[in-house]
Amino acid sequence: MIAFILKRLGLALITLWILSLIVFFAGQVLPGDPARAILGPLAAQQAVDALRHQLGLDQSIWSQYWHWISHFVQGHPGTSYQYQSAIGPILTSALGRSLKLAVLAFIIVVPLSIFAGIVAALNVGRPIDRAISVLGLSGTTVPEFVSGIILILIFAVGLSILPVSAQAPTGASFLTQIKYLILPAIPLVLILFGYIMRMARAGTVEALESDYARTATLKGLPRGVMIRRHVLRNSLLPTITVIATQTGYLIGGLVVVETLFRYPGLGQLVAQAATNKDFPMLEAGVLTIGLVYMLVTLIADIVFSLLNPRIRLSAVE
Amino acid sequence: MSTVSPQLPGGAGDPDGGAAGADALTVDAIDISYRVRGRDLVTVRDVSFRIGRGESYGLVGESGSGKSTIALAVVRYLARNGRVSRGGIAIDGRDVLAMSSGELRKLRQNTVSMVYQEPGKALNPTIRVGRQVAEVFELAGLKRPEALERSREMLEKVRISDPEGVMKRYPHQLSGGMLQRVVIAMALAAEPSLLILDEPTTALDATVEAEVLDLISALRTEFETSLLFISHNLAVIAKMCDRVGVLYAGELMEEGPAREVFDDPRNPYTVGLLRCIPRRGTAKNQDTLDTIPGFPPGPGEIQQGCVFAGRCGLVEDRCRQEAPPLYAVDAPSGRARQSRCHFHERAQTPPRVVKPQREDGAAANGAGLGEVLVSAADVSKTFHMEGQTIHGLVDVNVEVRAGETLGLVGESGSGKTTLARVLLGLTPPDKGATLAIEGSALPDNARARTRDQRKALQIVFQNPDSALNRRHSIRRLLSRALDKLGGYKGEALAKRLRALLVEVRVAERYLPMRPAQLSGGLKQRVAIARAFAGDPKIVVCDEPTSALDVSVQAAILNLLNDLQRREQVSYLFISHDLGVVRYLSDRIAVLYLGRIMELGTAEQVFNAPHHPYTEALLSAVPTLEPGGAAARERIKLEGEIPSAANPPTGCVFHTRCPRFLGDVCVNTEPPLAEAEPGHAIRCHIPLEELRRLQATEVTVAGAGD
Repeated sequence: MIAFILKRLGLALITLWILSLIVFFAGQVLPGDPARAILGPLAAQQAVDALRHQLGLDQSIWSQYWHWISHFVQGHPGTSYQYQSAIGPILTSALGRSLKLAVLAFIIVVPLSIFAGIVAALNVGRPIDRAISVLGLSGTTVPEFVSGIILILIFAVGLSILPVSAQAPTGASFLTQIKYLILPAIPLVLILFGYIMRMARAGTVEALESDYARTATLKGLPRGVMIRRHVLRNSLLPTITVIATQTGYLIGGLVVVETLFRYPGLGQLVAQAATNKDFPMLEAGVLTIGLVYMLVTLIADIVFSLLNPRIRLSAVE
Repeated sequence: MSTVSPQLPGGAGDPDGGAAGADALTVDAIDISYRVRGRDLVTVRDVSFRIGRGESYGLVGESGSGKSTIALAVVRYLARNGRVSRGGIAIDGRDVLAMSSGELRKLRQNTVSMVYQEPGKALNPTIRVGRQVAEVFELAGLKRPEALERSREMLEKVRISDPEGVMKRYPHQLSGGMLQRVVIAMALAAEPSLLILDEPTTALDATVEAEVLDLISALRTEFETSLLFISHNLAVIAKMCDRVGVLYAGELMEEGPAREVFDDPRNPYTVGLLRCIPRRGTAKNQDTLDTIPGFPPGPGEIQQGCVFAGRCGLVEDRCRQEAPPLYAVDAPSGRARQSRCHFHERAQTPPRVVKPQREDGAAANGAGLGEVLVSAADVSKTFHMEGQTIHGLVDVNVEVRAGETLGLVGESGSGKTTLARVLLGLTPPDKGATLAIEGSALPDNARARTRDQRKALQIVFQNPDSALNRRHSIRRLLSRALDKLGGYKGEALAKRLRALLVEVRVAERYLPMRPAQLSGGLKQRVAIARAFAGDPKIVVCDEPTSALDVSVQAAILNLLNDLQRREQVSYLFISHDLGVVRYLSDRIAVLYLGRIMELGTAEQVFNAPHHPYTEALLSAVPTLEPGGAAARERIKLEGEIPSAANPPTGCVFHTRCPRFLGDVCVNTEPPLAEAEPGHAIRCHIPLEELRRLQATEVTVAGAGD
């Protein structure tokens, strides 16, 4: 098991390193000069050159990469061009806010979609299955900005029971913060519900049709026990992987929702950095998203193998 | 709880059954139908049979005959669109169809259990084996520790030597034979009065199958359980069952005492089925297998007359007009027998479909002694997997001569398929191996071979479904093979395509179809046509008929035989079915743990004296010969097939050998030595001694119980 985790960790590190290369060199080929972007089109060429030197932009590309990555690993992701201050604190607070939103969305969507998937699977072909499937798929196909705007119109503008902005005033209590986050979380829930529900449904249908489910039924087990003990554990294994892969979306792909609800999270931060050619911020942001993604996938892999003796035991031997 | 006492129409009961108490199972004139697209398709029609207390009843039939459907109906586990639309089913005299879900659960807990084909899938992969067995006892109200203790005892009863160890394991850590024992233990744990076995040994190796069958027989007596035994294998049914019902297209065609029905069948379908099976000792040059022409009808296809009329050699107008009832057959033994045939009195000898072709024995042997076509010398193959070294093949030397069939026999993991893949250039052997075709060196890797060499070696796989690209039409599949392998283009290709179809007997109207639209037998014919597209010199047949029904198998074997006679092609024929291998092969190599244990002509290998492993393998296979099972004491093999990652020292077979000598077997690996001309055996026992040992009926150690 330890060897298995170490192997996965090693693979994750290699992936992150490749990601850092891609991010860094993609930043290099983007048109435009950061120094010029900072100083504006009217600045003297000498001033631009001086800033370029100060930022290290006149060095070779490899030494720039080395400089950047070695500092990043030590916890110094550099200085943001646009804010003219250290990236670290800005990034962590944005990440914290994004995580808050993501966790809330997860807490709502995971149990809900798994439950719906199982209910649908137990009633394959019946009206309730069709209803759940159609609802799930429609939720997934409606873009966040559409559902977001509709939600704002209904709950914030029409009924005024929830705030339009996602960002609670500073010093707000935990419950107030959640109240502010509910509205932006719903579009995310709608998007994810369909994916996770389909997976849970498919896994459960397969497990219900399996020979071992038949064995359990023909033993004379009550249906509830049969489903709990023999079906669920096997059926939810693939679902775990799907949930993990959706994390990446939840952490970094929130640009639309965060912009719509004026929520200064990681997605908005990265999007802004890209528009303003704030390369250090962009690189640090993308790498952070990659890091979180790797971490969640790793955790999912470990949970998956803990639940699946086939993998757990072969890793021991 | 509602109680009924179903009566069979006509009172067609077995006089031996006894009257005390209700039957273990009564199936009374049931129809089973499935609702498909708003229509009811009747898949089982008017089937009645009863199983007395302690009796063992067999249902045989080909795929689609409805045998598993009946079993599932008995335990009320039909798919949601299926139902018993007519008739009744009673277990222990209680009406199963009228039960509430609670009563049904109680019935499944106490009275009826089921074991089915793939033991690996029947157990939950994420729960330890011990817990799964204990569940049965917990349902009966025992506390966890007590339930586990009873499970341990139960596993001992199915002859598992280390029950504690096995209980702690997960299913994937156990072998197929071990798993089937666990499943049987689980099924018998509640001491049911009826045990349903649906192809319980079909997925197992021959020696393991024999052990499991023996176990079932022994436990059946110990637990006084009645059996409903379902199999496509007539020999297994003959061995295991008191009475048998032969199913065809959802109808019971014939019923009676198992041995009698197989020795003296009274229905043209049963006769046809039996004629399709190569009998032990029959070879291709002695007898052509008979086949059943055409295909079984789909559900509901035949509305009038006998379901078998379209394929029957005895068919008359009456058969197409009037559906035959189950006639009582007047058998010499006086025991109750029935046959669904208007002409059951003369059903014993319907005309043959395929004319028997007897060849001159000398000519056939002459053909077998052609030039050496393909040779493989000093072939070893070592696999490295997860830190383990697995010896897939060890020092194998074989030759295939022009126009001959070399049969490869052995249990799973013996290296049959690895050897075939080495010859085909798909698996490179270890250094030091020499492959040659027609005297010139054959590169290890198929990519390094010349086009002619690749053309010369072709393969037919077990499963035509996965071997044929399902997106391509038959025309495209074959045209591509003719183009790439045969180099045919344009008009020449079209001409050769037509000729090829005639050779494999596939009608031209199938050309635009895709594989999924064809039956299993037709698909295998197309796969064979593909292999023959480039006029190969040798075709590797890897279990080409094991996925097919016996009537289809017979036709494919005849086809392979015809092609060989006409094209002088050689075969490397792999099969676990010894009857089939014997029928088709000129010479046979017996493999065990990657080594050739015996190599000789089919006659030499199949008749004593032979290697003790061959002896055990042959004795493990149930036969249909009259009195066959009774005449021979089966040689039992102890224990499991050892792992190829950790083979035994000395002779690799010594751990299971019934003729084990002593230290010499443990310490020294015997060479594969020529015992007589053309016959090599890897054993320390001299040939004369083997002849003496195997000529007499010896009760071998371990068979005393």
